[in-house]
Amino acid sequence: MQPVAVIEEKEITKPATVISGGAAVLEAFLAEGVDTIFGYPGGAIMPIYDALYDYNEKLKHVLVRHEQGGIHAAQGYARTSGRVGVVFATSGPGATNLVTGLADAMIDSTPIVAVTGQVFAHLLGTDAFQETDVINITTPVTKWNYQVTDANEIPAVMAKAFYIARSGRPGPVVIDITKNAQLQKFDNPGYEKCTHVRSYRPKPIVRKQYVEEAAKLINAAERPFVVFGQGVILGKAEKEFRCFIEKTGIPAAWTILGLSALPTDHPLNVGMLGMHGNYGPNLLTNECDVLIAVGMRFDDRVTGRLDKYAKQAKVIHLDIDPAEIDKNVKATVGVWGDCKETLPMLTKLVETKVYPQWVEKFRTCDQEENKEVIFEELHPSNETLTMGEVIRNLNELTNGDAVIVTDVGQHQMVACRYAKFNQSKSNVTSGGLGTMGFALPAAIGAKFGAPDRTVVAVIGDGGIQMTIQELGTIMQTEVNVKIMILNNQFLGMVRQWQQLFHDRRYSFVDIASPDYVQVAKGYGIEGQKVTDRKDLRAALERMLAHPGSFLLEVMVGKENNVFPMVPQGCSVSEIRLK
Amino acid sequence: MKQEYTITVYAENHIGLLVRVATIISRRKINIESLNTSPSESEGIHRLTIVIHETEEVVRKLARQIEKQVEVLKVYYNNNEEIIWQELALYKVPTDEIAEKVKVERLLREYGARAVVIRKDYTIFEASGHREETDRLVTALAPYGLIEFVRSARVAIIKDSKGFHEKLKEFEQTEPGPELIENEFLNRQQEVFTM
Repeated sequence: MQPVAVIEEKEITKPATVISGGAAVLEAFLAEGVDTIFGYPGGAIMPIYDALYDYNEKLKHVLVRHEQGGIHAAQGYARTSGRVGVVFATSGPGATNLVTGLADAMIDSTPIVAVTGQVFAHLLGTDAFQETDVINITTPVTKWNYQVTDANEIPAVMAKAFYIARSGRPGPVVIDITKNAQLQKFDNPGYEKCTHVRSYRPKPIVRKQYVEEAAKLINAAERPFVVFGQGVILGKAEKEFRCFIEKTGIPAAWTILGLSALPTDHPLNVGMLGMHGNYGPNLLTNECDVLIAVGMRFDDRVTGRLDKYAKQAKVIHLDIDPAEIDKNVKATVGVWGDCKETLPMLTKLVETKVYPQWVEKFRTCDQEENKEVIFEELHPSNETLTMGEVIRNLNELTNGDAVIVTDVGQHQMVACRYAKFNQSKSNVTSGGLGTMGFALPAAIGAKFGAPDRTVVAVIGDGGIQMTIQELGTIMQTEVNVKIMILNNQFLGMVRQWQQLFHDRRYSFVDIASPDYVQVAKGYGIEGQKVTDRKDLRAALERMLAHPGSFLLEVMVGKENNVFPMVPQGCSVSEIRLK
Repeated sequence: MKQEYTITVYAENHIGLLVRVATIISRRKINIESLNTSPSESEGIHRLTIVIHETEEVVRKLARQIEKQVEVLKVYYNNNEEIIWQELALYKVPTDEIAEKVKVERLLREYGARAVVIRKDYTIFEASGHREETDRLVTALAPYGLIEFVRSARVAIIKDSKGFHEKLKEFEQTEPGPELIENEFLNRQQEVFTM
């Protein structure tokens, strides 16, 4: 009798089970609520893929066609779902192919956990087959990275990875796991979520004193101006932000990553900042008396020439990352904290106000911009199709409810300028890094992240050819993504700069395209090409009504330019309308 | 104005941390004049001492970028007025030359050096101090056939620092006090007795 009882007791106190390192990675994913993995197998990550075979029903794996596509898809997923995007790649070339996406996620603060396979621990440093020094290659483009050589580390390391990726200012994390650790059977003590790392402070306790100082400046302001970025979306503070501007009556303009945090038709939304932003927000940045920056980092594309940027204004900077405060623009008052917490504190202390004359100034600028640029772009008088009218038609058909994923270049600026958005997390674009080839794979991920929404990828004829292989992923997963190629037969943005700043010396911007509709057909995706205005509306309707993925190619004006423009090296107040 | 700054980094002793800190400096095309890694007064906490020649503004931004790294607990930066620092140098000279021609005793006293090894063929001296001091001994020994010379990185103590033990306790709590959260650097050297 007695020995049996002893054994039973042992079983009760020891719930741990023996599993492989590979299975422990997947157990961690389940515990963190991951439902979709984007990835591509290979030699050094095979034990994880072997374990995945048994998790097929709990974890959806999307087989991409290139690891860069995998990480961009994970980024798209993270951006529309607000959760951590997860990607698998093998060692060597698999891991190096992730680097562009890691850099993109780093600069755009996207929470990613990338798991890479690595050669056996005893082979490290021997130039083994498909060995690269993944940790050192990815160090400058990750928030954190770690190499695992013993399976016993996996549960705690994965917990730390997810915690670091999603907390504070989010970012990408790489976990490089040697093959022996993936294979190794170990006593799994169970998964415990990470909530504290002693050397890491994701967010501070907000100092009331700074909020009070900020409120004082705002209450005394005559021409206050809010500029906001992705921090509002990442902090899930859209409501708090809206309450703040509605109480204070302050006009607000967005960076392209902040787009969709505030509905585009909100009366206090005065438009887009930066190089190709709206006229009013750029011009009036240099006329406001208090500039309130919320969750944005004063990128050079937003500020233009820094020594002539808002010099007349007192600057309040709300950011979760203390390294951003005073980095580019010196703050009069820096409010370090999560804007989900700081905004309500500030809202409580500010007076209810309206600035009709000041807001009117933005509207006057809008009228001028409308006359000089917008009307002709959206309702062209000649027969050449414009990118703007395509976006306008799309707006009218989707009512601003679609997720719009853009690539990089002219079409990106046009889409961001003119697309309508009613809800947050609807604009997915590569902002900081400007990664061409981002949109198609990101759109796939965006759809997995927001399966109930219409996802439209807007891509140029350059960008689509960089990651066109992901049509294969769409074919195989049957994910419903609408692909809209705005084809101007040029690398348009570079061509625009060559025209304006290099005497029209069009050096290698003339890019040929395949027959995209035929290419799509090869992948079993329906498509259509539009060259005439009369066919545009019906084609867009067909695209949106189609039950599956659809590729629509629209031939637009070859040498159209995006305006307004703040030329490089110029002040925001030197914005040009033509 | 550019001047010498000593950056003191308290960090977890993890593989890869040194590269992470070094890339933050090198990506801005700033040269590291001196770099030392050592244990600190707090067990398990590593201390990096980095010397660079830059303006205060650049150093402040660097310090914040370094402090932002997950495995870094705290970063301080100080100019030379605010720290006590030393470098260690070793000198190898031929024993016969030095024994014959130099008043070794005087040399050692003057430069605060001491002989670490004396062999028939060579003698090794050790000296510590600021760079100019260890450099002066190089000049003094050069005529006697200096065979080898090596100098260590700077190690520095911040005059005003109260050490890291108390701070570490706060870091280990889930909810740290406001003092810790404040991203400020020690800047009260005048309160401290200077030599």
